[in-house]
Amino acid sequence: MRTTIKKVFWAWEFEKEEVWLNEMAAKGLCLVSVGFCRYEFEDCQPGEYGIRIELLEHKPNHPESVKYLEFLEGTGAEQVGSWMKWVYFRKKKADGAFELFSDNPTRIKHLSRVMHLLLVLGLLNLLVGAYNLVLCFAWDSALSAIGTVNIILGIFAMVGYAKLRKKRSRLKEEQQLFE
Amino acid sequence: MPNPALTEAVYYILLSLMQPMHGYGIMQNVEALSGGRVRLAAGTLYGALSTLLERGWITALPGPKDNRKKEYQITPAGRDAVEGELLRLRELLDNGTKIMEENR
Repeated sequence: MRTTIKKVFWAWEFEKEEVWLNEMAAKGLCLVSVGFCRYEFEDCQPGEYGIRIELLEHKPNHPESVKYLEFLEGTGAEQVGSWMKWVYFRKKKADGAFELFSDNPTRIKHLSRVMHLLLVLGLLNLLVGAYNLVLCFAWDSALSAIGTVNIILGIFAMVGYAKLRKKRSRLKEEQQLFE
Repeated sequence: MPNPALTEAVYYILLSLMQPMHGYGIMQNVEALSGGRVRLAAGTLYGALSTLLERGWITALPGPKDNRKKEYQITPAGRDAVEGELLRLRELLDNGTKIMEENR
């Protein structure tokens, strides 16, 4: 049976999203497709699969991504869905614990990729928001609502960026002592 | 100048590739070699293999173009890197053993 759940996770909450998807899988609801804030599940054995999320460097259909996704498939990680550059994987738990990264340098690299996305989105929203707010005084007051939304989204993204940055510093600190 | 220290992952990947092996084979082999201690995740392994290919320490074997089954093998340059690492590890171990013995 298919179950669709609508749920919002911000980009900096991808680890929380992963935890939630794994909880669903543990309950016997396996992710089979993703869309914008929309998750589709199918019944499976409780605890049959582990779920991981990755923000790719390129779009999933880019040749570099295709090579990478095929390699992952060869190791048992099956792609169940994607949204923009975010890709969702599942792997049978019987094949061992499912992780995408096993050392700090690659974890840091992935975090930096998400941070870069947040920085671009955040700055863009702040800029567009400021522009709209300026225009609303000069031209059309309806733009003030859009401008305010832009500013709020921009602030959200920057707060998310700061959170991930803190996490990244912790990983970097660890790296000074351990491999 | 001698090569800097290899990461544990690279060291075990190179040792695994004395025999031709595909990605999943490397993951299993490294886990078995280290008695379950070192578990390479697929994303990390992919990055390491790409870097090793660029360095010329390993090579992709001709054969199926399918990235799921692509096999890799160590090159002479890769063997040199392992030999260098063995010397370095021996030095670390010898110094550690000696100094700890003296101070027990």
